[in-house]
Amino acid sequence: MFALGVLLFMVAASLLAPVYAHLVAHVNPFPANVQGTIDLGGKTVSVLQPSSVGFGVTPIGPTWHFSTYFLGADPQGRDVFARLLYGGRISLLISFSAAVICCAIAAILGMAGGYFGGAIDWVVSRIFDIVWAFPVYLLAICLSVILLTSGLNVGFIHIAPGSLLLPILIIASVYVPYVGRPVRGIVLTLREREFIQAAIGSGASDWRILRKEIWPNVAPTVMVFFPMMVAFNMLTESALSFLGVGVQPPNATWGTISNDGLQLLYTRPWVSVAPGICIVLTCAALNVLGDGARDAFDPKAKLRGGA
Amino acid sequence: MVSFVVRRIVSAVLVMFSISVMVFLIFFATPGVNPAARIAGRSASPQVLAQVTAEFGLNRPLPIRYGLMMWHLFFKQDLTSYVNIGVKVIPQITGAAPVTLSLVFGAAIIWLVVGVLGGLVAAANRGKWIDPLIMFGGIAAVSIPVFWLGQVVGLLTQTKFHSVFRWLPGSGYVSFTQSPVQWALHLLLPWLTLATLYAGVYARVLRAELVNAMNEDYVRTARAKGLSERRILMRHALRCSLISVVSLFGLDFGSLVGGAALLTEVVFGLPGIGMLTDTSLQNLDLPVIMACVMYGAFFIVVASAVVDVLYAVLDPRVRVVK
Repeated sequence: MFALGVLLFMVAASLLAPVYAHLVAHVNPFPANVQGTIDLGGKTVSVLQPSSVGFGVTPIGPTWHFSTYFLGADPQGRDVFARLLYGGRISLLISFSAAVICCAIAAILGMAGGYFGGAIDWVVSRIFDIVWAFPVYLLAICLSVILLTSGLNVGFIHIAPGSLLLPILIIASVYVPYVGRPVRGIVLTLREREFIQAAIGSGASDWRILRKEIWPNVAPTVMVFFPMMVAFNMLTESALSFLGVGVQPPNATWGTISNDGLQLLYTRPWVSVAPGICIVLTCAALNVLGDGARDAFDPKAKLRGGA
Repeated sequence: MVSFVVRRIVSAVLVMFSISVMVFLIFFATPGVNPAARIAGRSASPQVLAQVTAEFGLNRPLPIRYGLMMWHLFFKQDLTSYVNIGVKVIPQITGAAPVTLSLVFGAAIIWLVVGVLGGLVAAANRGKWIDPLIMFGGIAAVSIPVFWLGQVVGLLTQTKFHSVFRWLPGSGYVSFTQSPVQWALHLLLPWLTLATLYAGVYARVLRAELVNAMNEDYVRTARAKGLSERRILMRHALRCSLISVVSLFGLDFGSLVGGAALLTEVVFGLPGIGMLTDTSLQNLDLPVIMACVMYGAFFIVVASAVVDVLYAVLDPRVRVVK
């Protein structure tokens, strides 16, 4: 319950990002604000101050005033706290939609392979084998590097290079075997069970059996995987953004904000540390929910990770 | 048994081949991308473009291009990088491999000890305060982004508590043959950072397996014989549960040695396979990317084949069912 609370809090805070930015802090967290000044305790302070080492500028640190630059500014003078809220939207959006797409593709492939067997199963299993044998981050980075600069143009599908769809699709596709393999295994054993044989014997169509008999038995496994996939996706997204091949500006995510703060790590650590804390809290909440779902349904599911 | 091993090796070779084709297609056949311009760099002269086109056979059909690439990579071993002109690919890989191996080996020892101990203690103390505490630690460990943990660790030891951690060197790598002490000191933080995630995973997996095993019939039999709970846990339940930990370890170790420790290496500035892959990807140094991915896939494929064969040795049922 506490975990659900943390997760809902993160979602609500991200959804309220425009409210905070427009009504409370009166900032626009996207354009650079190099010349900007703020009113701090009656004094006017510039957002980027001369650096203590004598050259360059250092953004102001956390003011701890909720109304303005709560967590300080990033190297371009933008309000980190407001960006954090906006970043949460994209981070959560990518993680959730990638998990939905990943689970959907995995369920379809796994069910088709396990149920129909033969050539379909051979193709499905080989796809899983190949993607599985690819180091997750390597595959994601390879795809990102090539797609982020040129976009995706296959037949009538055109996705612009900066589109959020690209990271979503990339992250979704690399994790497909992690869900698809267990689904296929379950369907393989279900296939031999009496109630499926009975359905086949009574002349039910494949489509009907898949929908009415197989899917209800596969759904719990997919539901156990779902929160963990969201957590995995969030970590993957932040890692890709950290390496500079994730979400591209002007969009911001917790990963890109953390990356922006890297050059300030020793002077203004909060720029990098705060988004990390958001990621840790959200992922921990998702993992707790996943454990809860596993206890409720209890399939023997395991995940393999990468670092 | 022999036929099982042979089948497993054949399928491993097939997977390796498919991966090489897939990487090749990603970089050479993505619609709307001009591969010559990609490889030669962002502002390449027409001469360089022509040279790239000739060397990789870009004006010839796809299968021939693929063959040329593999021929230069594996048989002639003279593939050179385009970003650092004249630097051969294979020596770069062999130079980076020991760094990754040092990192993964040390981290593996830490995460195995911590993970197995954590899982054991948690399972042995089910219902007491220490179990949820360890499991909470496990959840926290698997929820932390590795690169972020690396940054925070660096921040704490290099600045905030610098006086306490003065004995720790900065980032970078010193080879074992140069100075074993400096080698260990430089790798200490990367080891701990990398081990955190896996220690969490292993503690969670082992605890779940142990809790499952404690409900099995053979444990009830052992209880009925009057064995102590401790003896049942250590001698009976743990033995069975370790099988899944061992197979997990095989896969993780394989993928990490193959470059999956990329984030840890980049954060701590360790010039291993992961870092080499990252730099080559950022620079679009295609020959190096190709070699790195093949290298990484090789270890994963070998690891999963070894794990499968081990499983077949331990559990004869697997041989027939596959």
